[in-house]
Amino acid sequence: MRTDFSKLANLDRRWIYLLMAVALILPLIVPLNLPFKTSKMVEDIYEVVDKLPEDSIVLVSADYDPASAPELYPFSVALFHHLFKKNIKVVVITLWPAGSPLIDASLEETAIKRYQKTYGRDFVNLGYKQGDLVVIRGILRDFRSYFPRDSRGTPIDELPIMKGIFDITDFDLFVSISAGYPGIKEWVQQAQSRLSFDMVGAVTAVSALDFIPYYQAGQLKGLAAGMRGSADYEVLVGEKALATSGMDAQNLGHFLIVFSIAVGNVFFFYGRRKNKRKDSKGAR
Amino acid sequence: MKTRIPLLVAFITGFIMVVKEFIPHPLINIPADKLTYYGMIIMSSMTVLGVINIFQVNIPKIIKRQKDWGYKVVMLVSLLFTALIGVVFGPFDRIDTGAYALFNYVMRPLQSTMFALLAFFIASAAFRAFRARTFEATLLLLAAIIVMLGRVPLGEYFIGGLPDLVEWINNVPNLAAKRAIIMGAALGAISTSIRVILGLERSYLSR
Repeated sequence: MRTDFSKLANLDRRWIYLLMAVALILPLIVPLNLPFKTSKMVEDIYEVVDKLPEDSIVLVSADYDPASAPELYPFSVALFHHLFKKNIKVVVITLWPAGSPLIDASLEETAIKRYQKTYGRDFVNLGYKQGDLVVIRGILRDFRSYFPRDSRGTPIDELPIMKGIFDITDFDLFVSISAGYPGIKEWVQQAQSRLSFDMVGAVTAVSALDFIPYYQAGQLKGLAAGMRGSADYEVLVGEKALATSGMDAQNLGHFLIVFSIAVGNVFFFYGRRKNKRKDSKGAR
Repeated sequence: MKTRIPLLVAFITGFIMVVKEFIPHPLINIPADKLTYYGMIIMSSMTVLGVINIFQVNIPKIIKRQKDWGYKVVMLVSLLFTALIGVVFGPFDRIDTGAYALFNYVMRPLQSTMFALLAFFIASAAFRAFRARTFEATLLLLAAIIVMLGRVPLGEYFIGGLPDLVEWINNVPNLAAKRAIIMGAALGAISTSIRVILGLERSYLSR
């Protein structure tokens, strides 16, 4: 006969879904606002960007989509805050079709509404280009052929910001905000490893561990992982926003998962011990 | 001839792209750059093939009223509607176009929601399936618990040294395994590429 603990161990999953929903929604209503220590990998990104002189030009590749936007969109906003505060020019490209409107939204929020920057002179969105690795390889030697126009159809010869840009090494820094393929791995393997330019990145938390070898090898000067990395960067830049407020929800969500693992295993072992005792009694 | 021409094309293009890495002479660089550019054009045309394929696969299923045919109708209608919006209102990749509303108010919340559902599935799996049945499973669970707690401010608040332990787990045992996997995967990719160039691997010919 099965014990009650077996029933507890097989609790209806809807109770767990409800607990998770409460854990994620509650902090949005009652913020915890706990302080946290920023990680070295993100501090390195901050230092690399902070050392750039005024009027430097940075290339950002926004290779993510709405599914990973909660983790990476806040990083892009914090990055643009940092860059535009220092009057650094920004050129944006993307190898993911849904990346262009997302990065356009973050440029709207920062460059246009906050810093009153001029499109075409201070920043530009060159839009989406299909081709994955082929595009990465192509812009190593000939940037202008692969992005002949911006996302609005303006030829890049008519954009003042693109003057003097012929290949990827003409940029002072490359930032890859990436959620998968093609992304940071392909940029490191196909581009950075060949030409050794300065590169930093932001990735989803689940894939971050795959790219720490590149950070340790010095191919990436810094790496932001998931929403925590975005929150760290927001704190460093002094623009606490989406990621920082999302950390509260992540706090309770993680704790709930750990609690679920612990409780599930307690029920499992206790039930197993009870059943063993019953079986041994029955055998006698 | 049906087999030989594709194999010859694969060999020549592969050979040029490999040699380009070692001989930076214009005689090699110029055709290699052209091939790279043509590759981008070919990849872009794959989108058209993909869309045609979607119709080819799903329309017979709709006509025959196979299982879930209704969802396939919704998919095809959505595809055509989105394309129409893009043609009429301009591309959705800029926020100043009308089509951006479709992206911002439909695609963005739908995709975010699908990904967010994972949080609930993981919580359920954590309770029902993550069992420390063996020594290895116990180690895995302990490492997962330490990393999950160490990555959030609340964990740092309760246990001060946790972030350092998390960093050690990431930078030492995890990195060792990752490096080995990366090197193994790279060697595998090199060997497969050589086989494709030499015509020993013909899976791209559907053989």
